Amino acid sequence: MFDSDTINMIIQGIGETLYMTIASSLLAYILGLPLGVLLVVTDKKGIHPMPVLNNVIGTIVNFLRSIPFIILLVSVIPVTRAITGTTIGPTATIVPLVIGSAPYIARLVESSLNEVDSGVIEAARSMGASTLQIVLKVLIPEAKSALILGGAIGVTTILSYSALAGMTGGGGLGTIAIQYGYYRNETALAWVTVILLVIIVIVFQEIGTRLSRYFDRRITK
Amino acid sequence: MGESIIEIKNLEKTYVTKEKEVTALKGINLSIEKGEIFGIIGLSGAGKSTLVRCINYLEEPTSGTVTVHGRELGTLEEKELLKARQSIGMIFQQFNLLLQRDALDNICFPLEVQGMKKKEARKRAEELLELVGLSEKANAYPSQLSGGQKQRVAIARALATNPEVLLCDEATSALDPTTTKSILALIKEINQKLGITVVIITHEMTVIEEICNRVAIIDQSKIAEIGDVKKVFTKPESQIAKQLVLADTYKPVTFEQQNAYRIIFDGRSSFEPVISNLVLESKVPVNILYANTKNLDGKAIGEMVIQLPDDEKAKERVFRYLERNDIHFEEVTENV
Repeated sequence: MFDSDTINMIIQGIGETLYMTIASSLLAYILGLPLGVLLVVTDKKGIHPMPVLNNVIGTIVNFLRSIPFIILLVSVIPVTRAITGTTIGPTATIVPLVIGSAPYIARLVESSLNEVDSGVIEAARSMGASTLQIVLKVLIPEAKSALILGGAIGVTTILSYSALAGMTGGGGLGTIAIQYGYYRNETALAWVTVILLVIIVIVFQEIGTRLSRYFDRRITK
Repeated sequence: MGESIIEIKNLEKTYVTKEKEVTALKGINLSIEKGEIFGIIGLSGAGKSTLVRCINYLEEPTSGTVTVHGRELGTLEEKELLKARQSIGMIFQQFNLLLQRDALDNICFPLEVQGMKKKEARKRAEELLELVGLSEKANAYPSQLSGGQKQRVAIARALATNPEVLLCDEATSALDPTTTKSILALIKEINQKLGITVVIITHEMTVIEEICNRVAIIDQSKIAEIGDVKKVFTKPESQIAKQLVLADTYKPVTFEQQNAYRIIFDGRSSFEPVISNLVLESKVPVNILYANTKNLDGKAIGEMVIQLPDDEKAKERVFRYLERNDIHFEEVTENV
């Protein structure tokens, strides 16, 4: 159906998409996880209420999340260039992906951590655990399976953002879909990239669901 | 009086919400002695849960002082307070175990918080599991344990750091009567074996009856009554105490008749046929209007309302008989 050049291009696209998605996810979690923890801890009903800080973080997160990704993609170009030295290709795309998704990850983490029973946190406090100990030994381990499940949602969202980045020459399957499928009207190729994206989403989601279940000790096995 | 381990002075707790101030506790003065099992009872919303949380400063009092084992908690630095909490164990109605850790690791938790080495902590946890009779459940997760088993793990966890005080917040309220009995027996055993002072918060009078030495009754943010369990049970003075002691059976009964008297039975006098002797000796016919007695700790306690004839001399004879026999009585005017 496709010549070998096209097939090579698709394979390279898959590689780029996976690279962008995984690298961005890791970086987004490095930023988003602490932010999410801070949102929970500093909440007025949290273990260490700091209303001002909570408001500042909350506002920044809301602000970044309300910008449409495509706008963000273009508006952070100077930042992208400053960090990576270029504005096209997968590595350059990682910058807007991280900026765009870290606030989203922060909210995902926040909602996962909020699921931890307040009674368990109270018990930890009654045993003299410090705020840091509660975060590291109670909040995160107890929310582990929700965090993993949230992680799957986060990764698949980043994947779809990365496809959108194809609009601005971000590389990966998104670029192929837009340049060949849309601009050149090669419908078959467009479909192939879409199906590949769907498969990647399903795989990530399935890995997340399984890991989440595997680590959840609340379910009697 | 023994040595006091918990001293609460003029404690007050007020919550400020947007619209109004809510007073949860007011003018609380309490002294709990080393080694006793002290009960705090009250209806829900009376402020007893807030009070127990003031004892380990999970709730900071609005005013007043809490001193545990000579340390006034309000004056402690954050770090010292965390340390002080390690010597005050606490168990809860909903057990509050870490769901992602097995029984053994749950017990290790407070030891890890203290900074104990993992190996040492596990060894200590195993000893504690044995103490609460759950050695074979070391690797079970909370989801695999029954309510009573979870509470046993929680007790072991609370004891891990060798606390001086164990606070129990409605610890048996989520358990069935049989399990409640076994958990209370365990708490009593711990109290006697390890000499740990126990503070029990409950809304169930049966829990107080079962194991407490002394009891404080909290009503509308204040201590309504405080004293030895037997005394409070036999001679409840406050309205709320009467209501709690006689629990479901207590209904204010109105008598149209005059000359109604309430006789209070404490264990001693219930062993003898009080009414028969009274009638035989005073030669006065009595009419029983109302009776409610129950068994407490092998002794019958309760109250009875009798009606006496109008004859003042006959009444006098009855009163003299009761006084001579040390039987508490009072005239009933409107409500029983």
